[in-house]
Amino acid sequence: MKHIVIVGNGVAGITAARHIRKRSAYKITVISAETKYFFSRTALMYVYMGHMKFEHTQPYENNFWEKNNIDLIQDLVIKIDNNKKTLTLQNNDSVVYDDLILATGSVPNKFGWPGQDLQGVQGLYSYQDLQKLEEKTPTKAVIVGGGLIGIELAEMLLYKKVEVTLLVREKSFWSNVLPSQESALINQLIQKHHIDLKLESELKCIHADSEGWVQSIETVDGTNIPCDFVGLTAGVSPNIGWLKDSDVESNRGILVDPYLRSNMANIYAIGDCAEHRTPPPNRRPIEQVWYTGRMMGETVAATITGNPTTYQPGPWFNSAKFFDLEYQTYGVVSNVLQAGQKEFYWEHESGNFCMHFIWNSADNKFVGVNSFGIRLRHEVLDQWLQKGARIMEVMEGLRAANFDPEFFKRHEESIVMAFNAENQNLAVKLNGKKSLIEKIFG
Amino acid sequence: MKILRTIGLLLFIIGFGIFSGIFFSNEYVLSKEGLAQHLTEKQQLLFEEKQLEHGKIYSNSFAFTKFLQSVMEQVNNSLLQDLTPTEQEINSIVQHNQGLTFSLASLDQVYNDSVESEAFKKSNFISYGNWLEGRAFNNEQEMQEALQGVANNIAQYGIVSSKGFDQYKSKYLLYALTKTSAQGPVKDYPYWMLFLTFGLSIIGASLYILPKTSMEPPGIKNNGIYHNAMSNKGWLGILTGSYLILFYVFLYFYKEHMTSWILMVDPISMFLKGQPAGEFFLYGFLYTLCILVMGVRMIIKYRHSRYQVARTISVMFFQTAFAFLIPEILIRLNQPYYDFKNIWPLDYDFFFDNELNTLIANGNLGLFMIGWGLALTIVAVPVGVYFFGKRWYCSWVCGCGGLAETLGDPYRQLSDKSVKAWKFERISIHSVLVFAIVMTAGVLYTYFTGSAEVVGISTYKIREWYGAGIGAAFAGVVGTGFYPLMGNRVWCRFGCPLAAYLGLIQRFKSRFRITTNGGQCISCGNCSTYCEMGIDVRWYAQRGQNIVRSSCVGCGVCSSVCPRGVLNLEVKDEKGRLNQPSLLGNDSFKN
Ligand SMILES: Cc1cc2nc3c(=O)[nH]c(=O)nc-3n(C[C@H](O)[C@H](O)[C@H](O)COP(=O)(O)OP(=O)(O)OC[C@H]3O[C@@H](n4cnc5c(N)ncnc54)[C@H](O)[C@@H]3O)c2cc1C
Ligand code: SF4
Ligand code: SF4
Repeated sequence: MKHIVIVGNGVAGITAARHIRKRSAYKITVISAETKYFFSRTALMYVYMGHMKFEHTQPYENNFWEKNNIDLIQDLVIKIDNNKKTLTLQNNDSVVYDDLILATGSVPNKFGWPGQDLQGVQGLYSYQDLQKLEEKTPTKAVIVGGGLIGIELAEMLLYKKVEVTLLVREKSFWSNVLPSQESALINQLIQKHHIDLKLESELKCIHADSEGWVQSIETVDGTNIPCDFVGLTAGVSPNIGWLKDSDVESNRGILVDPYLRSNMANIYAIGDCAEHRTPPPNRRPIEQVWYTGRMMGETVAATITGNPTTYQPGPWFNSAKFFDLEYQTYGVVSNVLQAGQKEFYWEHESGNFCMHFIWNSADNKFVGVNSFGIRLRHEVLDQWLQKGARIMEVMEGLRAANFDPEFFKRHEESIVMAFNAENQNLAVKLNGKKSLIEKIFG
Repeated sequence: MKILRTIGLLLFIIGFGIFSGIFFSNEYVLSKEGLAQHLTEKQQLLFEEKQLEHGKIYSNSFAFTKFLQSVMEQVNNSLLQDLTPTEQEINSIVQHNQGLTFSLASLDQVYNDSVESEAFKKSNFISYGNWLEGRAFNNEQEMQEALQGVANNIAQYGIVSSKGFDQYKSKYLLYALTKTSAQGPVKDYPYWMLFLTFGLSIIGASLYILPKTSMEPPGIKNNGIYHNAMSNKGWLGILTGSYLILFYVFLYFYKEHMTSWILMVDPISMFLKGQPAGEFFLYGFLYTLCILVMGVRMIIKYRHSRYQVARTISVMFFQTAFAFLIPEILIRLNQPYYDFKNIWPLDYDFFFDNELNTLIANGNLGLFMIGWGLALTIVAVPVGVYFFGKRWYCSWVCGCGGLAETLGDPYRQLSDKSVKAWKFERISIHSVLVFAIVMTAGVLYTYFTGSAEVVGISTYKIREWYGAGIGAAFAGVVGTGFYPLMGNRVWCRFGCPLAAYLGLIQRFKSRFRITTNGGQCISCGNCSTYCEMGIDVRWYAQRGQNIVRSSCVGCGVCSSVCPRGVLNLEVKDEKGRLNQPSLLGNDSFKN
């Protein structure tokens, strides 16, 4: 019986294991160092903030794995010998495989800052990071890096009433991803939550007290900020350090072809740690998000079980939440408007809702949308993007694209009105009728 | 703001403390009026005779009821002694039946009709011994034994039930006499006590709850729920649970000890329905109060979600108007008590003969009520569930649901999500449904045929078991008492027969489903954690599958807490409701 070994029990590795099991009777072993059972790292913040217990982050009951005949080993893999098809583990006997799937995820970036390994300096990625964070509640924290994990960490610390300073290298929060309007909105939101937001501020080094605990940080422009905690959230990189001496070819991540196969015919890489040699259209070579790991897991499972399948993600989408503000994106909305594109930005006077549409000026083809505070229906957006709908069709169909719960205030009419005012040559009429609820409650 | 909340909390604790203290606040002196009200003259005399320490003050209801019980027992014993045919009398009857053939006429020789106790003995002997009339015996001893058997039956069934205090009467008297004999602050200053208990508690709770609006922006705030002794099965939760359990045990099984609380709400009851309060008036009042105060809390907590606000207002309205005020006002108008939103089989006594008879006796309104009740069960349930899902009842109308969604909201995360619990749930809730149907079928059989037994089992016994086991112990003691330990929908999930009925329709014939938004789920688990029905929502969401589960009460909290906007309660064309799990976004498998 073929033995498939998977390194890493994150969403990528576990999805692969489940789908291989669905499609075959192969022997499956998952080796992972962090925890014995799969958990959802996206929920680490909720555990810290008391929304959930750690066990709630585990999507499957503990007996699921035995029931599905998937062997779990909690250990660190330290070496691959593909000639002998053998993995060397830190504590257990070595493991022999036929096919190997690498799904080792990421590690938080550290850019060689002096003091980056001091006590009280940490990233937020793993279960161990969470434990470390829970050990001692700081009084004053500096968070380095303004991305999604940075703002989550800030929110977590605020729950424990910690004073938080957020260092952002760019001119505005997450402005390497978000257009200026949305970025400005989030800046305000951050300040409203009494976080000291320092824009265009870069970490230079971290200073320790006599016991090796962080005492203060210094920025490139020379500002000194006292603190007893530093969160390093300046992005993540593929976790492949341990592969450097192996025959598996890598660049920033493990290089894979469209079948998610590395340079070795029986070794695959999926999830955060994979780097696509030829990225699918409109996709980046490395995509460190939850659902891409899951989709790669589904795809590699088909290939390994004798149904060779190339990885073809559909149009890009993603979502996040900034404090109470939900964010969704579909298609491609770049931080600066690209040549040949047009945009329409609508913001509700409360600042709690906004939408940003992008389309090609030449043929009016819809390119993407950012939505804050309004939930959109993935299915509808996906269809529009796949078939190359025009912006007019999108505007007309906004009602059908809404995914907000019943009774919620609907904004389609104001959005379309504003759109028509700005784009008289494209003016449209909103499809569909107000529901009874909308008539009564707005 | 913080200070205001602290003061509020303090006031609440004081109010609640006084309320609890009142349980013990009364003294009891046997009241003559009470005796006169509830006892026959004869019984009063006996009672007075057996009660040795006249005017004695009992410091608590436990001592007092113990005393009452012992007096009633003594009265019963002395009645038995006086009114059971004696051996001598039996011998004498035998003597008067010389031919060894028993004749009832012989009793005239033994008992003197003009002496009341002898007349009673004689009539009892006739009722219990008439089957012996004309019977021939072989010898005197046989006859004597047969007559002794009659005397034993009389002792067992014929005396206490008509002259003394049988099980039901003494249970009732314990309550009624305790209530009339109570003395203490609630009796002397009822309005003050109302203010110091409910008044302070309401003011305190409001001060604690209302400032939240200005303290944090609207949005899901589940911060600290698992760090809190109240919401995470800590000591506070266990204490609260024990309090509730005790409350229900007293309410359903030992109401005589709750009379100080009942006395306190007498003025309200007099005002509303023109009659003094009973234990269920107290319960209804407390229940409504909890739903209203905690409803306000619920609205504030979820004020960003108009769905949550709307349905909370709805349950507050239905509880206050339909469950509490209208039935009491009906009574004031001399009409039968009726809760227009209670549906069989949750309303399990709807078909009980006494209920039906009361309604029928009340002319057109009563008949309308019967028709209304039938229509709710037969028409409103299936039609409502088809168009809206079972939520139209469970989290918009129902009183049990109303309490669960308001008072119970802090505990919703404690429901068990395991597959094991789901398996147990399916067995237990459907068993209760079957039990309710069988019980009702028996009741109706008796109603229409007049025969009290089906295959040797008394239908009265079955309904008694149902009432005590399901109606009181399950729905009340376990259903609410276990909020802080097993989540706020224990009854709705494991026991409610109406929920089972609604659920069957929701599962197989409905336009309702929870839609999963394509591939947006990040498996964080908020939805499953906060599903009060213990549904592992994430299981479906992370596979891109709609959630179609019979138990889902459509509270909408999974959709509210999801940080990625993945879930939406929708009613749409039935087509595509039971979709195959597939996650949008991966085009690798498109052919
Ligand atoms: C705090 C936080 C919030 C996030 N929020 C979101 C979000 O909202 N939306 C979103 O799309 N994405 C989010 N992400 C990103 C998302 O979680 C990741 O993209 C995803 O978890 C990657 O999954 P993976 O299976 O590739 O790797 P991982 O989940 O990182 O799993 C890899 C596993 O392999 C183990 N491993 C690595 N090397 C070895 C070895 N040599 N031997 C044994 N075991 C090894 C690791 O210990 C780890 O357990 C978030 C990430 C974090 C940290
Ligand atoms: S549906 Fe929402 S709340 Fe539930 S696991 Fe998915 S992302 Fe989390
Ligand atoms: S599935 Fe969602 S709507 Fe249904 S009961 Fe659970 S939390 Fe409420």
